[in-house]
Amino acid sequence: MKRELPIAITFICAFILTLQYFIPHRSFEIMYEISNIWIQIIGVFAMILGIISLIMLHWEKIKHKKENWGFSIVTLASLVGMSLVGLIASENSPVFEWLYNFILAPISATMFALLAFFIASAAYRAFRARTVVATILLLAAVIVMLGRVPIGSLISFGIFPKMAEILVNYPNVAAKRAIFMGVGLGAAATALKVMLGIERSYMGSD
Amino acid sequence: MLDGIKNLPIVFLLSIIIIFPIQAIAGEGQTKSKLPNLTIEKVMDTPNDHGRSITIIWKKPSFDSSFAIPTGYKILRADSLRSNFDSVEFVPIGKSKSFDIQNIEDGKTYYYRIGYANTEIISNIAGPVQAKGNWFHTGKTTTFVVTILFCALTLGILIFARRGGELYIRPISGINAIDDAIGRATEMGKPILFVPGLGAASDVATIAAFTILEHIAKITAEYKTRIIVPCYAPETMIVAQEVVRASYLDAGRPDLYNDKEIFFITQEQFPYTAAVNGIMLRDRPAANFFLGKFYAESLMLAETGFEAGAIQIAGTDEAIQIPFFVAACDYTLMGEELYAASAYLSKDPMKLATLKAEDWGKAGVIIFLIIGVVVASVFGSDFFIRLLDVNVM
Repeated sequence: MKRELPIAITFICAFILTLQYFIPHRSFEIMYEISNIWIQIIGVFAMILGIISLIMLHWEKIKHKKENWGFSIVTLASLVGMSLVGLIASENSPVFEWLYNFILAPISATMFALLAFFIASAAYRAFRARTVVATILLLAAVIVMLGRVPIGSLISFGIFPKMAEILVNYPNVAAKRAIFMGVGLGAAATALKVMLGIERSYMGSD
Repeated sequence: MLDGIKNLPIVFLLSIIIIFPIQAIAGEGQTKSKLPNLTIEKVMDTPNDHGRSITIIWKKPSFDSSFAIPTGYKILRADSLRSNFDSVEFVPIGKSKSFDIQNIEDGKTYYYRIGYANTEIISNIAGPVQAKGNWFHTGKTTTFVVTILFCALTLGILIFARRGGELYIRPISGINAIDDAIGRATEMGKPILFVPGLGAASDVATIAAFTILEHIAKITAEYKTRIIVPCYAPETMIVAQEVVRASYLDAGRPDLYNDKEIFFITQEQFPYTAAVNGIMLRDRPAANFFLGKFYAESLMLAETGFEAGAIQIAGTDEAIQIPFFVAACDYTLMGEELYAASAYLSKDPMKLATLKAEDWGKAGVIIFLIIGVVVASVFGSDFFIRLLDVNVM
């Protein structure tokens, strides 16, 4: 029963939501809206558990003075500080917006900016012509890169931009579409496995 | 002469009073005569909607550019032919020749007319018409048929598998390497890092990641290897905790399970990335698994793991991120291979059957594409294009 009931609930919910995709009637739209509200409610309760997990983890680090425990103080202070400002002054308050725009956003932007360097180092490794396939990859990358900058057009009399266009629009799109088709069918097969109770690992133990 | 000059203002005023209204009347007449008539071609319940909407289609008039074009159309409505038609909507003049009138009462009869704004020119009466919700979206017929066919195919292969039919699955090197990676971490006495991505617990990629986590956790329980699972979404954390706990229980080592190793970090993309990178550089896991939904952080995670010297196995259904994982990881499960992992690892005939159905589905799509390309290229027919046209709006 501990297994059968969740499988039955999963099947019924998944079946109704699958039907909802094909039935635009208002009654099914309302069901979809209600299910979205339920997801949000479950998400809120899960968030409480998540925050408890975060606090416990960092509290343990501070308590036992584990390596880099100072960062845990910063984490907990940030969590409490932002929460208090949000709760007391509301999320639209200037203080909350200032904290978000001038602390969190620049930190995130800095991390994102590092991506350029990661791309450079990964490209350096990926484009080493050790095998035939890697050499083809290198050649394709060089053509596409040169095709996208003015000097590429200048040195090749406009050939590189055209070749880059062909590489990006045909072999690249063909490979992507093959992946998309596989992903689409794979997702449908996985959804069926979950609906029919064949895939149950996400439920944990009995 | 002087009398004539004295009377000049009076003559001027009289001319204003008499001539201007005559011109205005004549002008109005000209505008009226130049504006073409309006004709409603069709008024109907809006197709493929949830109800409360009526679509009105009119014949697009062609205007003479030498006269002022009206600013828009007014849509007039009445409950019955005897009632007055009241203006309910204004549609700006443009390319449009149809309009969906929203917030209509379902099941109630209406009549419509259309006219130019600020003029008396109005169209014929169209109706009666009623709004109603539709029980099937005709634009999704192709999707519906394909879904039914795929479900039937899957059920057919499931029945075949249940009767003991043998199903062959090609080797997937990325999945075969999972056990080796865990073995390496055990030998080195270092932990394993499992990153379930940025997807919600309900995402298919995350569900597929849980099935691999189940397998990994069973082995780590047997080998007594530490497993770290930093989570982006709290609900993912809860499911991951349950999956790992169940695996430790199945392996007969519930005492080794530590729920503090499966924890929530944040739901901000780059702070999460920074935190996971920090774990990789501080704890130096010997094996990193990046399985699930990944976006811009994929390369940052994989490159940091590479720098930390870990063996890395990645898998995602995000086509754009696959090249990054291929460049920086030892093995990559591309798209559907991630979904295939659970069947491949368990060798359960029922799971293998769904995998087989997927393969047959792909074969069907390929055959369909080849036939479609030949028919379109050789015979110039767009039959297959129209057949596969999906209108989801």
